[in-house]
Amino acid sequence: MRDGSGVGEIFSDQWPRLVSVLVRDFGDLDLAQEAAQEAFLEAAARWGADGQPRSPEAWLVTTARRKAIDRIRRNKRATEHLISVADELSRLPEHDLDLQQQPALIDEQLALLLGCCHPALAHDAQVALTLRVVGGLSTDQIAQAFFVSPSTMGRRLGRAKTKIRLAHIPFSAPDQTTLVTRLAAVRRVIYLIFSEGHASNGSSASNGSSASNASNASNAPAPLVRGDLCDEAVWLAELLATLVPDDAEVRGLAALVLLIDARRASRADAEVEVLLADQDRSLWDSALIERGLAHLGAAHALGSLGPFQLQAAIASLHATAPSFEATDWPAIVGLYDALLRREPSAVVALNRAVAVSYATGPAEGLAILDELAGDEAMVEYRYFYSTRAELLARTDRNAEALAAFDEAIGLCVNDAQREHLRRRRACTAQTQLRQ
Amino acid sequence: MKFMLLCYTVPEETPTPGTPEQAAEAEEWFAFTNAVAKAGALVDSGPLQGAETATTIRHRDGESTITDGPYLETKEVLGGYYVLDVENLDVALEWAAQIPLVRYGSVEVRPLLDLPGA
Repeated sequence: MRDGSGVGEIFSDQWPRLVSVLVRDFGDLDLAQEAAQEAFLEAAARWGADGQPRSPEAWLVTTARRKAIDRIRRNKRATEHLISVADELSRLPEHDLDLQQQPALIDEQLALLLGCCHPALAHDAQVALTLRVVGGLSTDQIAQAFFVSPSTMGRRLGRAKTKIRLAHIPFSAPDQTTLVTRLAAVRRVIYLIFSEGHASNGSSASNGSSASNASNASNAPAPLVRGDLCDEAVWLAELLATLVPDDAEVRGLAALVLLIDARRASRADAEVEVLLADQDRSLWDSALIERGLAHLGAAHALGSLGPFQLQAAIASLHATAPSFEATDWPAIVGLYDALLRREPSAVVALNRAVAVSYATGPAEGLAILDELAGDEAMVEYRYFYSTRAELLARTDRNAEALAAFDEAIGLCVNDAQREHLRRRRACTAQTQLRQ
Repeated sequence: MKFMLLCYTVPEETPTPGTPEQAAEAEEWFAFTNAVAKAGALVDSGPLQGAETATTIRHRDGESTITDGPYLETKEVLGGYYVLDVENLDVALEWAAQIPLVRYGSVEVRPLLDLPGA
């Protein structure tokens, strides 16, 4: 919606606020979404010609409520509850709508997030619903982002909404206990969205065919194009941090996604993945890094440590290091130690081994990898073999390194990663020849 | 003695709402429920929403895990139940045999555990 109406600029702010007000008023997710969508379409059509209203938010709420009431009255199967809500709201004089009294809408927006990430919904449904309902993405955009057909995504969302309705999953303001126990699910969903976006960022060719199939099938007008999952995740993480500023892990998550996302421009050079060691640090987004560091500082000040905060602290050491060589590797090893104590996992241990290889030496890193080799999580894990290959090359065990590169290349699902590994393998083969 | 009659079906093999078959079957359900009630055997009964609306909770090592879906992912799902108060299993089974769903689904009959003082 880059049409001069100014709707695009306020969409990401106003969409979740509008939907959450409508869900609170009508208690019906589909109705809220459809009415909000109609209100935004009308805004796009009108504001360009008439100019923006004095209070865009009040205008949107009034318009969307009217759309919802119209829908209820047109629907012959509307429930008695909805009809009475519509009657009640239509009696409300429009100038009574004072949004200044509830400018934050914190409870409403939290209700929306917690409802979409309710544990009684399947994980993939939580992710899709959050993007659809809170993010305002269209079904087609979500389908495209996850490389599935629009009809598959439509069914996934449909099933989730049916369960919400029939099983009476609440979309109501959470009390403190509910909030504390359920925030973890929201954080996980946002992190999943980010990981998905992060992993597919550098790849176009390998996944491109299914993505373009999805886009060919989609001809419904998307209200706004904000389809990039990393952008969505960063936006959601910062929204959550605004709603729950006193949760250290929420702040940690916001810091983590911002600090990693700041490196996005340097991660892929044409069609080759560029690893941290070779990234052009001048391409890193300093504004995002600053926002990330601010969230990390806030998390730290809250005085409770968690996995997201620890990972963000690691990312912050990378983000602020003047060069790869000048990175504070011993501090990173220490943070991985703390992370491992909290969440023992082979993947974290593998990352720690890389830090050890720079803090102490590649042989020490390799020793950790040898211990990990039997772990089930490593058997088909490309990063295990590529790390092993690099460490072997650094200790001049080039023949073994070549074999490890081959294993890693065989496990690649992404062209940019494969191309990077091919080049590294060729480089190692040359070194071996010269010896 | 109280028995719970658990009515399992494969959803795809269940008459679709709105069809004449389903309308005819609805009559049978109504008649059956009336019959057990009239015989003084009915304690409670009810159809359940589909298995896709089920939520399962477990509590292990101090932590609750809530998951989407029924406890067991099988083709046959629990569709509804009757609680009957009858003399013995044979009577419960006689009633169970008259539940319309036995023709395409299965009915599991389980005695309720009598709790002292309850």
